Amino acid sequence: MAEAPKLFKVTIDNITIEVPAGTTILNAARQIGGDVTPPAMCYYSKLQGSGGKCRTCLVEVAAGSTADPRPMPKLVASCRTNVMDGMVVKNITSERVTDARNGVVEFLLLNHPLDCPICDQAGECHLQDLSYEHGKEGTRYEFAKRTFEKEDIGPYIQLHMTRCILCYRCTYVADQLTNNRVHGILDRGDHAEISTYISTAIDNDFSGNMIDVCPVGALTDKTFRFKNRVWFTKPVDAHRDCPTCCGKVTLWNRGDEVLRVTARKDQWGEVQSYDGKPGWICNTCRFDKKDMNDWVIDGPMKVARHSVISANHYYSGTVKPQETVAEVMGGRAPKLLMDIHSISDVNKPEVHLSELPGPATGATFNSPTPLKGSNGQD
Amino acid sequence: MGRKLLLDKAHVENIRLYDVYRQHGGYRSVEKAIKTMSPDQVTEEVKKSGLRGRGGAGFPTGMKWSFLAKPEGVPRYLVVNADESEPGTFKDRYLMEFIPHLLIEGMITSSYALGSNRSYIYIRGEYAWIVDILEQAIAEAKNNGWLGKNILGSGFDCEIYVQRGAGAYICGEETALLESLEGKRGNPRIKPPFPAVKGLWDCPTVVNNVETIAAVVPIVNEGGDEYAKIGIGKSTGTKLISACGNIKKPGVYEIDMTISVEEFIYGDEYCGGIASGKRLKACIPGGSSVPILPANLLLKTAKGETRMMTYESLADGGFATGSMMGSGGFIVLDETQCVVRNTYTLARFYRHESCGQCSPCREGTGWMEKILLNIENGKGKMSDIDLLWDIQRKIEGNTICPLGDAAAWPVAAAIRHFRDEFEWHVQNPDECVRRNYGLMHYADPLKTATPA
Repeated sequence: MAEAPKLFKVTIDNITIEVPAGTTILNAARQIGGDVTPPAMCYYSKLQGSGGKCRTCLVEVAAGSTADPRPMPKLVASCRTNVMDGMVVKNITSERVTDARNGVVEFLLLNHPLDCPICDQAGECHLQDLSYEHGKEGTRYEFAKRTFEKEDIGPYIQLHMTRCILCYRCTYVADQLTNNRVHGILDRGDHAEISTYISTAIDNDFSGNMIDVCPVGALTDKTFRFKNRVWFTKPVDAHRDCPTCCGKVTLWNRGDEVLRVTARKDQWGEVQSYDGKPGWICNTCRFDKKDMNDWVIDGPMKVARHSVISANHYYSGTVKPQETVAEVMGGRAPKLLMDIHSISDVNKPEVHLSELPGPATGATFNSPTPLKGSNGQD
Repeated sequence: MGRKLLLDKAHVENIRLYDVYRQHGGYRSVEKAIKTMSPDQVTEEVKKSGLRGRGGAGFPTGMKWSFLAKPEGVPRYLVVNADESEPGTFKDRYLMEFIPHLLIEGMITSSYALGSNRSYIYIRGEYAWIVDILEQAIAEAKNNGWLGKNILGSGFDCEIYVQRGAGAYICGEETALLESLEGKRGNPRIKPPFPAVKGLWDCPTVVNNVETIAAVVPIVNEGGDEYAKIGIGKSTGTKLISACGNIKKPGVYEIDMTISVEEFIYGDEYCGGIASGKRLKACIPGGSSVPILPANLLLKTAKGETRMMTYESLADGGFATGSMMGSGGFIVLDETQCVVRNTYTLARFYRHESCGQCSPCREGTGWMEKILLNIENGKGKMSDIDLLWDIQRKIEGNTICPLGDAAAWPVAAAIRHFRDEFEWHVQNPDECVRRNYGLMHYADPLKTATPA
């Protein structure tokens, strides 16, 4: 029996919206957009089973549903909690949430090296954005940060375990995109680390997507390392006919030089979907096609995020100046409104600027009978 | 002397062996359940008994069983949580080591009630020798027709398997346990869905503590109503308490929940008082993760009533002036103990055992440990105490599983009740490494309720 999907009414920060049953609070909030959307560091809508770990998306449920309007006692992870009909959610309107989120940001930054000046992710780092938007100005942590031994996980991907916030996204990529996962979480607690077991290299056609999903600079592109800051590069959307992947990418250029290739990202920093399928790209596109001739340019990338990379770039929020002439003229839109050259005294049509020997001065125009070819001083 | 239902035969020689166990009335409950009762009737008896989960949370077992989803064509599982790793708790070890057949018997009866044809015991890896004991007991039970196909001609099949953990406290959390049992990394799952709907291999699953399952045996034998007559209020039946710390007679005691905390500590039948004639300073009444209580609040509630060894009485006053029954790990501290040091030890444990999945617990536990170590070593600052309070507040309730709460509560309670001891450590940095704060006023009779 074909039934229209049931719609649930949910109120997030006093904004009511109808979403299909089974939508999470986070995705409902994303439909509203703006400040109402809780930040998400580990949840990735294209990766099944992700989310629930970073606790930045905690929200307060002030009323569970119309049927059972009791509030939920604990803050819930909005990325893993489905909406109910009549649910009332408080995100930025709840002090508890702001307080807990402050705490989570502080926790996430405790052992993060904050080496943004030398980190390739800087400028498009979700942790940077998160700490700017939801963190406090300082930390109260006074101890040495946890560090890890450097580990080589292959020719393409650079692993900086010290920067990792253990969102587990890369393991989901390996599980769901590649045919075998050779890396995972070793050990537990604050000494847990992402690594390959007994130092195997990660070698897979789609392993590069781990770089795209990494919210911080823990996994970066070795072919782009230290080449440029992302905000100095010019991102353009491009495509190629790729036999293994969708071939739709963003090129990060300096002049004609392709410095980096990534998948196209949407406003949540996630890989864009085409016809409902996430546009993951293969390693060939990402690491080997570093020539403009490999690609067909689609146009400048519209940076949908508000991060540093949106500076000096096209972004979808651009407001085009509106032409009001037609409105004023009652629908008539003449190219030139009026030629005032011949009747204006201000610009003295008899002065031919091109014939002056030097630059025009006030005297050129002020002298009662300016001479042709003179600057008025002789 | 209170009634003993679980350990009454524990002293019988060779009770570990099937023949002796059977002679002493073993496996009667299986016979009774399978021959005369329907599975729902067994569940009904457990409901009537008022049995509460013995693993720590104290959730009514019968209710938990009735929540089990029963879709057609999907197997259901019973998993026994024998991953007893909480510091101070060792009751299940005793039970499994000395009367393993009691657990097996309880499991068969419970499996019958729940319709589980494959039941698992997930046992802590460090209990290596108990695995052999259990496996021998399972083999004996099977040889005598209590396990396998068509038990007692009823058409009910049941197998029991023992799975060893690999030494992680977090695998005692029920969903982490299921992950581990499936062969994955023992990370707690995000709930909902609860195991009663989607548990082991996505099938409906009941996870129960060893003692809970063992308690099903006397409940079926004597009837739920009889069982419910023991104890006070909603704390029915008997409870195993593993007492340790500065007491004369540490060990596992079975109490019917009618005695007071004072009687339990000082009674000759139980702990026998504080060792070496010292005075009681504090106690953690339910395993390391429940709030610590100073002596005065331990023996009397804030209302001035005698505190009893029951779920309700121990929790009286909430976290402000009460604690929890927890898993029954009764840790007694005498006047020579340093609460700061104890709290540090616990914080170190939780940092080590945090799975590292969600950030507040992963980062916060380590931070608390470092601050506590500083205070313990006389390097602390006054602001550290408030900082600790703020950290625990931001961990509690914001994590996926209860380990975050378990790590936060001991720190919170220690600061709440022993703040002056922390301050003394900060103000006397030299002295605090040489001597302990001592008993001070912690055993003084309460005048008014201590503000939180």
